[in-house]
Amino acid sequence: MFLKFLLRRILYVIPMLLITTLIVYSFILLIPGDPALTLLGENATPEKIAQLRQQLGLDQSIISQYFDWLINALKGDLGRSVFTGQYVHEAVIERLAVTFQLVVVAMIISIFGGMFFAITSTFFPNSWIDYVSRFFGTLGTALPNFWLAMLLILFFSLHLGWVPATGFTSITENPFEFFKGILLPAISLGAVGTAQITRHLRSSLMEVMSADYVRTAYSKGVNRWQAILKHGIQNAMLPVVTTIGILFGHLLGATVVIETVFAIPGIGQLAVNSVLQHDFTMLQGVVLIMIVMVILINFITDIVYALLDPRIEY
Amino acid sequence: MSFQTIFKRLMSERMAFISFFILVFLIIMSLIGPYIVPHDPLKQDLAKVLLSPNTEYWLGTDELGRDIFSRLIIGSQAAIEAGLFAILIPLCIGVPMGILSGYLGGIVDDIFMRIVDGIIAIPSILLALGITGALGISLWNAMIAIGIVSIPQFARLARGQTLQIRTEPYVEAAKISGAGAIWIMVKHIIPNIAPPVIVQASFNLSYAILVEASLSFLGMGAQSPQISWGNMIQQAYSMINMNPWMIIYPGFAIMLTVLAGNFLGDGLRTALDPKYKKA
Amino acid sequence: MKSTTQLLEVKNLKAFIPTTKGEIKPVNDVSFTIRKGEIMALVGESGSGKSVTSLSIMGLNASAIQYKTESSILLNGQDLLKLKEKEMRKIRGNDIAMIFQDPMFSLNPVHQIGKQIVESIILHKKIKYKEAEKIALDLLNKVGIPDAQRRLRNYPHQMSGGMRQRIMIAMALACNPQLLIADEPTTALDVTIQAQILNILKNLQHEFGISILLITHDLGVVAEIADRVLVMYCGEIVEEGTVKEVFKNPRHPYTKGLMDSVPELTGPRIDELETIPGVVPNPLELPSGCNFVTRCSFATEKCRQLAPVHVKYSTGNSVSCWNPLVKEGVSLNYATTSSVS
Repeated sequence: MFLKFLLRRILYVIPMLLITTLIVYSFILLIPGDPALTLLGENATPEKIAQLRQQLGLDQSIISQYFDWLINALKGDLGRSVFTGQYVHEAVIERLAVTFQLVVVAMIISIFGGMFFAITSTFFPNSWIDYVSRFFGTLGTALPNFWLAMLLILFFSLHLGWVPATGFTSITENPFEFFKGILLPAISLGAVGTAQITRHLRSSLMEVMSADYVRTAYSKGVNRWQAILKHGIQNAMLPVVTTIGILFGHLLGATVVIETVFAIPGIGQLAVNSVLQHDFTMLQGVVLIMIVMVILINFITDIVYALLDPRIEY
Repeated sequence: MSFQTIFKRLMSERMAFISFFILVFLIIMSLIGPYIVPHDPLKQDLAKVLLSPNTEYWLGTDELGRDIFSRLIIGSQAAIEAGLFAILIPLCIGVPMGILSGYLGGIVDDIFMRIVDGIIAIPSILLALGITGALGISLWNAMIAIGIVSIPQFARLARGQTLQIRTEPYVEAAKISGAGAIWIMVKHIIPNIAPPVIVQASFNLSYAILVEASLSFLGMGAQSPQISWGNMIQQAYSMINMNPWMIIYPGFAIMLTVLAGNFLGDGLRTALDPKYKKA
Repeated sequence: MKSTTQLLEVKNLKAFIPTTKGEIKPVNDVSFTIRKGEIMALVGESGSGKSVTSLSIMGLNASAIQYKTESSILLNGQDLLKLKEKEMRKIRGNDIAMIFQDPMFSLNPVHQIGKQIVESIILHKKIKYKEAEKIALDLLNKVGIPDAQRRLRNYPHQMSGGMRQRIMIAMALACNPQLLIADEPTTALDVTIQAQILNILKNLQHEFGISILLITHDLGVVAEIADRVLVMYCGEIVEEGTVKEVFKNPRHPYTKGLMDSVPELTGPRIDELETIPGVVPNPLELPSGCNFVTRCSFATEKCRQLAPVHVKYSTGNSVSCWNPLVKEGVSLNYATTSSVS
């Protein structure tokens, strides 16, 4: 039964992947004029242009170009960078681990921060902690993340000198340095997530706490903590699981900004650089990888939701 | 529900009231800004670089001796334009797409919605980046990208609302009495989906301003000497050791505008709610 | 017949909500007693204060609702209103249990029902989960759930409404309570299921001597299982008595109205059911004098000006009305008179 459900979800994911990759690929149509000429610039030699045209597959129809690209992508070959000549998949994989670590820490901050604020806020309604979490919930979504990043750098790096302002150390290399380096970027990235989860979970929890089954729980003699933790949170988390899935995509996208601010060599930074360098094959590759990750996470979210809610029929 | 009632309700929400006036103020600033700025925002004066706030330069000067206050006012133009694009483009493309999709159903619906699902799966800042990357780097192209990025949400919203309204008794009645599809869409569907679309537009304004600032910060929106709050922050970042205050002003302006858009959206949602009750 | 010792005594219960426009009084000076092993019905329209009364006994009213100091709710002589929240929690689910109107929403959708029943046991008894599960199994058998062992592992959505209400009852019985409050326990159920649930409640009374406070707007249910009945209107008790007496001879025009609006299965067919004209008055704009005056066809000038006194008859019934209905040949024998403000 569960396998069947899994299979159905996978069948839903495949067309999704096809459509998004087609969208990404068709960006090339947006390039004004002759893409090869635009990408190489005015001074390029005709041979070079012809070579790039062939490399991009511009001498064929867009559909056959897309399928060629897709088949190669499935084989793991995303082409070569127009700018450096490096294989795109190599460049991406090298940097993927970095971005992944950053996003995971930011997600942890968002989820635990959000749960903390939402739960305490429900437990102490209209107390100072409730106001603080509502304030964060409102402000967090309005703060430009790169600006928050700079404020954090100003205070914690330049003023207090506690953590480095830029750079990245992998967790496998040195966990302590990793932690020091990742803190500010992850907070800047996770602030919006914390705010979103706080808002969503708080309203969801408030609603659940006035549900009939919570009243039943009180009539059995449970206290407020038990009511929230045993009966409220699991029900309230259900709609939030979807938010968390969507959030992952947001945060992954936002790495383009945060990695630039903190000079973190992840795929977000790679995306920015490839746009600035007119490195179109690289950009396509990066966007493709990010989208595959987003769709995978949404897939996992669906499964988690089904596991959490006994009412979902597989 | 008349326009006056809605406006009166909106103004009775304290935060929405304040937000409304902040946004009106900003729009006026972006229009008349060039005529009232105390200094030419582009004029460099190397004798007066990195001044602290004083009576002549209210917020001080940047590393090229340009007046930060004047630049902040002109910077509102990019923000307001981004908001405008992010509302107009989806209004002209996304909403009709959604209405058609919801009203016609079938294959049109399938195709449109698969595309929308596909676009929504792409993180919007990344999509904007890709579009700008392809179209070429400029503020104009960034605006177009922001507009395109906003299409799917509006399409989904319009479709959902249309699906709901399509089966209402009064629409069925209109159909039976021989009203054409266009007539029904214009007469019944558009007026009914307007409230949620307006609310979404307000939230989208906020989001667009954030995306524009991000793109300009990354160097993919406003190009110097164009001024945007985003590239003002980028420029200030390079001066972070010398004059940290330069970072504060534009960021604060962005935050305030975004908050205003969000609160206005909340207020509009309350004011446009048919089950409105005075708190 | 039944033992006459008191289990619960509600005295001068006055629940109010302070607002800027004055106090709203959902329950205004309500007194009654429930004896051990009897089923007491509390009848009234929505907004009459019956739910607030029952939740006051449970101590589960919204925090906006406050009580006047003269109010008391005595369970075996102990005043529940004076208890601290922590002490009250020991009583809830243990001495007093409650079942609710809509079993579709009263069970936690994400927990197995076995776990939910076990929870109410181990909250009050220091026993292991496994032992509590055995008790839960017993309880399920008691309320007539077939294949109980398997049902323990079921989630609420896998059961019908009637089954869920049985689960609710099983859960309420977990710690052998002395009092069961049943808030419209059959309203949301099909008619055939209603009868089954009422049977279970009746059995509880017979087998275990549990007292039941049955809150309902359905006089049919009252006639079927209750021993005594309280009729509430606008936060006050307007009539009280044994079911037999009240049904035979309703004295308050409101009680009479309620009865006339129920179709009778026997007797001559009538084309139109009687209804009580008008609506329940706004709690902030209660009429002076009798609360029912705006809807009463017997109202006189006295009714408009003075609140009626509560009159007790020799038959054991009592009523708050200046012009109680009399059947021909029945004289009004006042036993005692107590004034109600």
